Amino acid sequence: MAFDHDTVRRTAHLARIALPQTEIPAVADQLERIMALVEELRAIDTKGVPTMAHPLDLDQPLRPDTVGNHDQREVLMASAPAAEHGLFLVPKVIE
Amino acid sequence: MELHEFSLRELRQGLQERDFSSVELTTTLLKRISALNPALNAFVTVTESKALAAAAAADARRAAGEDGPLLGIPMAHKDIFCTAGVRTTCGSKMLEHFVAPYNATVVERLAAEGMVMLGKLNMDEFAMGSSNETSYFGPVRNPWHTGMVPGGSSGGSAAAVAAGLIPVATGTDTGGSIRQPAALCGITGIKPTYGRVSRYGMIAFASSLDQGGPMARNAEDCALMLNVMAAHDPRDSTSHPAAASDFLRGLDRPLQGLRVGVPEEFFGAGLDPEVAAAVQAGIAELARQGAAVQSIRLPNNPHAVSTYYVLAPAEASSNLARFDGVRYTHRAANPADLTDLYQQSRYEGFGAEVRRRILVGTYVLSAGYYDAYYRKAQQVRSLIREDFRRAFAEVDVIVGPTTPTPAFPLGAKNADPVAMYLADIYTIAVNLAGIPALSVPCGFTAAGLPVGMQLMGDYFADDLLLNVAHRYQQETQWHRARPSLQAGEA
Repeated sequence: MAFDHDTVRRTAHLARIALPQTEIPAVADQLERIMALVEELRAIDTKGVPTMAHPLDLDQPLRPDTVGNHDQREVLMASAPAAEHGLFLVPKVIE
Repeated sequence: MELHEFSLRELRQGLQERDFSSVELTTTLLKRISALNPALNAFVTVTESKALAAAAAADARRAAGEDGPLLGIPMAHKDIFCTAGVRTTCGSKMLEHFVAPYNATVVERLAAEGMVMLGKLNMDEFAMGSSNETSYFGPVRNPWHTGMVPGGSSGGSAAAVAAGLIPVATGTDTGGSIRQPAALCGITGIKPTYGRVSRYGMIAFASSLDQGGPMARNAEDCALMLNVMAAHDPRDSTSHPAAASDFLRGLDRPLQGLRVGVPEEFFGAGLDPEVAAAVQAGIAELARQGAAVQSIRLPNNPHAVSTYYVLAPAEASSNLARFDGVRYTHRAANPADLTDLYQQSRYEGFGAEVRRRILVGTYVLSAGYYDAYYRKAQQVRSLIREDFRRAFAEVDVIVGPTTPTPAFPLGAKNADPVAMYLADIYTIAVNLAGIPALSVPCGFTAAGLPVGMQLMGDYFADDLLLNVAHRYQQETQWHRARPSLQAGEA
């Protein structure tokens, strides 16, 4: 299975990572090696085997809906890279 | 013996008898950190004034008549656990300046017992690595040989405990990140049953695999820590209702009649002969104490690494989508538009290995590949769990090497990501199944590097693993060996 440069570009776009053109050949080579490692899975007979998403067979627990958290706006915004008037600043989205 | 070599029980006794105060103990270890950390790089952040204040508070509690196994005892957290008021970097440029607005449950519980946090420990970026070389803050060095890696991803925790900078630390284990560095640094570390230790406030890598646990210099110290760390937490929906237990209670049980299984798959090609010999000697010691040893098969274990490198990156690509450059992370300068802000911030904020795993995860989840990789890997995960189920019908504990080799030189496995992934060949299946496992020191190579023996148990058999490790450590001295480190040595 060849990991071509277009596949790397498409995947990087889906992951929202701006991979520079110069890095694409090296990344393609590394992804190729990783996918070659996992390729062996295809040969395993899994007919009728259930999927396992999680180690514990627990139902999603429910608890009473009570107020626990209090207003933490200032502390939550303190780590924001850019904020003003209690809002996160981003580049203009709508012209 | 010096203060920095004391076990938790010895430290408690010294504090009870007023041989030293928590402030004196804390001061001694802070001095040791400032002398030795420049060579080891185990700490990313040292919280000296907060530590001294916490130690004084613990001394006041003791003066008021309080006592407890952890009261006034110093420790440090892997920098993946959120700490209110102290930055939590997860080893990443993305979170270099992130100060969490709250404490992880594990942080809160240990602090409530009066433990004194000395700082935050270095780690592979977002816990993705087996050598601690992917950290944005530089590699940690192995205290036994500073040209060697300490293992990862909890490499800072392992190195700091081995070097006597702290008696105990927290770690996390997604594919071996507690056990592998514990083995490479000659300490004891347990990955508890999935659901034992709350993941609230523990930065997520692969949520169905991640589990926090203690790293210490012996099994009894691990048990003392786990007694506090393991508890049901309503803030973590995967926390088990029966998470809490008394891990000290059965610690001394004799091993007479214990059924030990040794998997053939763990002693095949690729296993270093010195590691094999040390682990075989460890198994012989268990037999000498009355355990019945038999050979077993885990036929799907050879598929564990490939299964993991589909599932863990898939979960990571989803978990790490939250780091967007907007709310609390690194942000690229002068983005052209919002998409560019996301893309540039994520390129700059994540290191090469993290980006690689996000891309693998995005790929295996993308349209057209989901069934071939993700669904297939979830089925093989079932087969791996079934292997353990069958084995635990016949044996109580499974024993084998923790790692295929002792610590390797810095830079040795950086050219090929797959070579690094194979460092976790014996530890990964445990996370996929969700069962508990621990690593105990069981010998040294001729070059003086520690070797770890791995004990694996059935769901919620964490207490049995600690019991076996404790009995083993009553009759062996490997866990008492200490690296010789001088201040300024590199």
